[in-house]
Amino acid sequence: MTTNHSNITPSQLPDAEGLLKVLAQKLEPLLQENTALVGIHSGGVWLMQRLLALLDDTIARHAIEHGTLDVSFYRDDYAQRGLKAENRPSQIPFEVDNKHIILIDDVFYTGRTTRAAMNELFDYGRPASITLVALVNRGGRELPIAPQIVAAEIPLQASQHLQLIQQTDGTLAFQLD
Amino acid sequence: MNNPQLDKDGNLRHLLSIEGLPKRILNQILDTAESFVGVAEREVKKVPLLRGKTVCNLFFENSTRTRTTFEIAAKRLSADVISLNVSTSSQSKGETILDTVDNLIAMHADMFVVRHAQSGAAHLIARHVPPHIHVVNAGDGRHSHPTQGLLDVFTIRKYKPDLHNLRIAIVGDVLHSRVARSEIHALTTLGVPEVRVIAPKTLLPAQVEKLGVHVFHDMEEGLKDVDVVMMLRLQNERMSGAMLPSTQEYFKTYGLTQEKLKLAKPDAIVMHPGPMNRGVEIDSTVADGKQSVILPQVTYGIAIRMAVMAILAGGSPASQAGGA
Repeated sequence: MTTNHSNITPSQLPDAEGLLKVLAQKLEPLLQENTALVGIHSGGVWLMQRLLALLDDTIARHAIEHGTLDVSFYRDDYAQRGLKAENRPSQIPFEVDNKHIILIDDVFYTGRTTRAAMNELFDYGRPASITLVALVNRGGRELPIAPQIVAAEIPLQASQHLQLIQQTDGTLAFQLD
Repeated sequence: MNNPQLDKDGNLRHLLSIEGLPKRILNQILDTAESFVGVAEREVKKVPLLRGKTVCNLFFENSTRTRTTFEIAAKRLSADVISLNVSTSSQSKGETILDTVDNLIAMHADMFVVRHAQSGAAHLIARHVPPHIHVVNAGDGRHSHPTQGLLDVFTIRKYKPDLHNLRIAIVGDVLHSRVARSEIHALTTLGVPEVRVIAPKTLLPAQVEKLGVHVFHDMEEGLKDVDVVMMLRLQNERMSGAMLPSTQEYFKTYGLTQEKLKLAKPDAIVMHPGPMNRGVEIDSTVADGKQSVILPQVTYGIAIRMAVMAILAGGSPASQAGGA
């Protein structure tokens, strides 16, 4: 693992499926009564779906509910970029009040998506707590927000763009541009 | 061809009519509205998109429902909303439309929602305003009422998602209806294979077939096996001269009753843009019946108007920047 902002090449990227298992292990102790999972579109939702499958016993034992957020209506760059052509309805099919919410994102970068997601969540109710979980922290945050649980820290240059993709067989992989 | 509704990158700048909107934009509006439907079901029915923006409802002609739904839509987007009933204010003192608009721009209005009895009023304002100001046509004369057309298509898509397999009948006063035109354009653009209009000859515009519809003068024939029945309001107030013998006579021939509705498919939905003339174009048992989706249309109208305003007021997606 690198410690400084460096130029990583695509061949040096970790295996997303391997990191997924690491993340599942770290997440499991947090799953208790009154916890709910919320994935942020798109990568966070794919990640959540996989975590639900990997941790199905624990999820079922504690009757843990889950939902999805599309933060398009809460982004701070709407005035510059407008609405994305494709946005999906947010779906939170449970009471947010007094829940311990585990917010799931794929790549943590500036923290702006997390801010938007938290604002949106509060429009559904007042959660007891929010924990941020990300597969990767790529460094470069611009707000006093950081993930509590990550599978890997991969500091990248600002010019590099790391994203999670879902392959046709459903497995996850990283793409670096 | 210069399309005043789109900017040079092909993004929506004003919404004036459905005519001239590419399928891509229609789908963008419908898909975005889908996301806004859920907002109304939450604890806080608001999103912050238009915070700090001022939306001016300029209604030169009365329409309580349309004005109210635009107002609610703008408020749910966190905009400040001013509704002006212009027919009772400056216009009566002789101020021109564009003077009224200029005064509101001087007060830093960001968007105009315009309703006018004259066709082309919204176009006139759109041509006049500076680039950062957006105009939405909320109905102009007999010409167009694009958000009504869009909300009807949205409602159809909600109940009958496969538009490519639908048979839709539009019934009634097509001649005076600005909704019917908007609708026919939207439906054919989105690939609905069969749109029918059912009306007496006197209530059909000349060469209506050129819009790509099948024309029927007989309800029994026209309603056969349709998936959607869209009733239009008999526009008494727009009617001059004797186009119809009487409203009772009209109801007998073109009013939608349970019996006539049985000719449509058993799962057909019934729509009406409102306000309804019960017992004239539609029977109360149908309007309140289980196939009626008239009230959901009103609910979806807010989502559609939110989508249109949110797409208009945002920056251009062409200037993409990073940030996850």
